[in-house]
Amino acid sequence: MRNPAGLKMSTPSDREILMTRDFNAPRNLVFDCWTRPELVKRWLLGPAGWSMPVCQIDLRVGGAYRFVWRHVLNGYEMAMGGLYHEITRPSRLVATESFDEKWYTGDALGTMVFTERNGTTTLAQTILYESREARDMVLASEMEKGVTANFDRLAHLLESGALASDA
Amino acid sequence: MTPSQLDVTFAALADPTRRAILARLMAGEASVTELAEPFAMTQPSISKHLKVLEGAGLISRGRDKQRRPCRLEAKPLEEANEWLEGYRRFWENRFQALDALLTELQAEPAKTRRPKRGEH
Repeated sequence: MRNPAGLKMSTPSDREILMTRDFNAPRNLVFDCWTRPELVKRWLLGPAGWSMPVCQIDLRVGGAYRFVWRHVLNGYEMAMGGLYHEITRPSRLVATESFDEKWYTGDALGTMVFTERNGTTTLAQTILYESREARDMVLASEMEKGVTANFDRLAHLLESGALASDA
Repeated sequence: MTPSQLDVTFAALADPTRRAILARLMAGEASVTELAEPFAMTQPSISKHLKVLEGAGLISRGRDKQRRPCRLEAKPLEEANEWLEGYRRFWENRFQALDALLTELQAEPAKTRRPKRGEH
């Protein structure tokens, strides 16, 4: 099933990016899918060709999480992690986030707010960067899209498989 | 693409004037004078930005001594984009996988232990 609302992006302030996405499920379930490693692994694991060798979650304030993905063919690896600042199941999750291979300076703080209406959960994820420059570096990618018509072997690899068939 | 190349590319892209210059150059090559015009900036300050962009390999300058037109070099941008777009697509793609998982989890309590089949 394809979600009708899709992923929306906006910039509520100089230092923020806001992403919103609807899910056809109650919010306690969506929250669990973000915070229980055995569930996280079932969707955050990449499609065919990717492995997720590390999925660690220490779900308490001050606890750490760490995710590592690896492409089995070319060994390309990306990793992210951070610390939980606030955990209010099922409505709110605040954590720092940092990619190992960073394209922006400083850490970012992610705030996830889960709201439920008529069985649909809206996830609003705000990422606050340390500076406008850091935020702009992330947004610069939007502009670059105009430059190049054909991206991205990686995207094709990512799109080529389905998680569910693998389970 | 090595991290240091990425650093150089993104450092160059971190400035709004430089991004605007690149956006202008997408429409075709331009001289420093032509570039300075819409930005209400002096030629020396535009030249400073152009040096950064040239150093990052994002633009090249023509050999014509008088005009030295600037043109966009797409390759580093493509590489940077490939890297970043990978992240964005990654999340889009993962959210679709989460949709599938949520559907599956909600079906589970209704039917106990339905044999696993090709999902959705």
